[in-house]
Amino acid sequence: MEKNKTYTISVYTENNLGVMNRMSGIFLKRHINLESITASQSEIKDVFRFLFVIKTSEEKVRKLVGQIEKQIEVIKAYYHTDDETIYQESALFKIASNLLFDDRQIQNIIKKSNANIVTVARDYFVIERTGRRHEIEKLYNELAPYGIMQFVRSGRISVSKEAMNISKTLHEFNY
Amino acid sequence: METLELVKKQKKVTDTVKMTGAEAVIKSLLAENATLGYGYPGGAIMPVYDEIYKYQDQFTHILTRHEQGAIHAAQGFARVTGETGVVFATSGPGATNLVTGIADAQIDSTPLVCITGQVASHLLGTDAFQETDIVGISTPVTKWNYQITKAEEIPSIMAKAFYIAKSGRPGPVLIDITKDAQMGSLHFSYEKCKGIRSYRPKPEMNIDQVKAAAKVINCAKKPFIVMGQGVILGEAEQEFKTFIEKAGIPTASTALGLSGLESKHPLHVGMVGMHGHYAPNVKTNDCDVLIAIGMRFDDRVTGDLSRYAKQAKIVHFELDPAEIDKNVKTDIAVLGDVKETLAALLPLVEKREHQQWHQEFKDLYTIEYNQVIKPQLEPTKEGLTMGEVIEGINKETNDDAVIVSDVGQHQMFACRYAKFNNTRSQVTSGGLGTMGFALPAAIGAKMGVPDREVIAIIGDGGYQMNIQELGTIFQTKTPVKIVVLNNSFLGMVRQWQELFFDKRYASTEMVNPNFLKIAEGYDITAKKVSKREDLQGAIQEMVASKESYFLEVVIEKEDNVFPMVPTGAAVSECRLS
Repeated sequence: MEKNKTYTISVYTENNLGVMNRMSGIFLKRHINLESITASQSEIKDVFRFLFVIKTSEEKVRKLVGQIEKQIEVIKAYYHTDDETIYQESALFKIASNLLFDDRQIQNIIKKSNANIVTVARDYFVIERTGRRHEIEKLYNELAPYGIMQFVRSGRISVSKEAMNISKTLHEFNY
Repeated sequence: METLELVKKQKKVTDTVKMTGAEAVIKSLLAENATLGYGYPGGAIMPVYDEIYKYQDQFTHILTRHEQGAIHAAQGFARVTGETGVVFATSGPGATNLVTGIADAQIDSTPLVCITGQVASHLLGTDAFQETDIVGISTPVTKWNYQITKAEEIPSIMAKAFYIAKSGRPGPVLIDITKDAQMGSLHFSYEKCKGIRSYRPKPEMNIDQVKAAAKVINCAKKPFIVMGQGVILGEAEQEFKTFIEKAGIPTASTALGLSGLESKHPLHVGMVGMHGHYAPNVKTNDCDVLIAIGMRFDDRVTGDLSRYAKQAKIVHFELDPAEIDKNVKTDIAVLGDVKETLAALLPLVEKREHQQWHQEFKDLYTIEYNQVIKPQLEPTKEGLTMGEVIEGINKETNDDAVIVSDVGQHQMFACRYAKFNNTRSQVTSGGLGTMGFALPAAIGAKMGVPDREVIAIIGDGGYQMNIQELGTIFQTKTPVKIVVLNNSFLGMVRQWQELFFDKRYASTEMVNPNFLKIAEGYDITAKKVSKREDLQGAIQEMVASKESYFLEVVIEKEDNVFPMVPTGAAVSECRLS
């Protein structure tokens, strides 16, 4: 048996209704749980980029990418291991303001963690930390004893080290 | 300058014709040369039906008795003609009733354009009467789908729909049109779709892959070919035949590939798979090179994958890149349209005879003939066999008929015993295994090839799953021949219960109605045969009939289909009894 690894699937699509549904159906049909999803505009005008993170074997991820790429509105799909990408996640922590003043230790945690303070209000303040999953989790574990009012972490965003050549593919279609 | 722009603009408008969205739907169909469709009207699709009425001199609409009947009829039409089938249904239940047929067409790569009505766009998401999210529901089983909410989108989306359905690996497309888009107006001009930037229908042939395949084929001592429906869909029957004749390679077919090569061709060694022929199944695990052409290594073909052709080099000719290495790891993948790749392969392969290797197939056939085929075709027992009925049909039609089969034991008998002279003559629900497919599919097939004999072969179970389509035959006077092989059981499930569930026949025994009376109610000549001496005469009468004809044959109740590769077994463990 092949060992499971974390793979980032990058999909360039037309920006049309229903594309997301079509892709999520491909994972659902194969009983694959997604670790994270991110969707955004890509570097090309009118082209969308989806990132899916899954833990699976290379054989399975290759087949998945084949099925995704088969969809009419998918321009191109790729998969990469962590080593082949530069990736980050972003998290927001909402914490009661009194903690900041009552407990000096929390200021040290924030300073040491490279987190940014996004906003400070009378009742709460919000800090942001972007980085690898373990860095965010470390901060979470440090802050948790003081009480976190809200926590949210984005899906992975990543760029590949190798070139993806989508513009070239689209260019070829036009000529 | 402004005036010039205005003149230009006006000229553009006069080039087009103002019409409603509904009329644009029909105009688009006509522009695609689609002049026949199947469907069932209802509230949300009424504007389109109003145009069908107005265009009835140019466009024929067949009213089926159920939307499922409509889509299977369109599938039958598409399978025998190679053209795209057209289906209409209303919103809500009309649309959901298409889902089985859409899934069937998706897995069997049948080109369809399904047009569904939808509630008006301002009602979307309000749980309006007969509102259902058919785009969401059909997404996993369509090649593409789209919801139109503005009349002006209709021509370009219809063009895209036809292009996607038919190009590359064909499949079903669903276009959902809100009622306000049908009633809205647009300036109609139609341009056929020639390409979509995110869609590559055909991978380009790589000649190095072809050369690598030729090298392996030329070196093979025991090569074996499995052809699939891809040969038929790619219209590559001639290229295929020329290639196998030069290379002298024994050739088997998948269920859907049948009729792509004439059954009596000396290189044709039968069907592979769970109920396929003995020799091709056993030899799959003995050949040194397995050449798969336009097929997808379905589990019913391969049996236990871990013991499937492990000794052989696998060469896979395939259009769909996602099929490469999906189930069986290939040594050489030749991507591309088989019509092109086989043509390129032909000059590179060397002429071979492989006489000794052919003899091994013949020896195994003799074993199968004595143990399985002969008792089917020349039974000594009293009860009639399905095999002898199919053989009787072969005789009366000189192997020229289109055989449309349903799903179950009779289907496997039809696949095993029916003989075909011509391509696109075998229509069955292969991948999805949809009971109830055959009766409506036969109606569509007959309309697609009206000059050919079309015979539906159905079990007593599947017949009753879309029996209402007798009404369509009655109304359209379509001369479809219907043979029901009645063993008063859901025979295939019963066979599994017998073999794997200690004969606990849970809900497989059928108490059937008087089928003759039902047929007579629809004015269809009907006959029932239960004795061997009456069989051939009845088949003769049926084939001679210029009108639709219903023939019920009472079959030995607990007969089984053999050979059989049980689930989990290797193909070489094919059982003869």
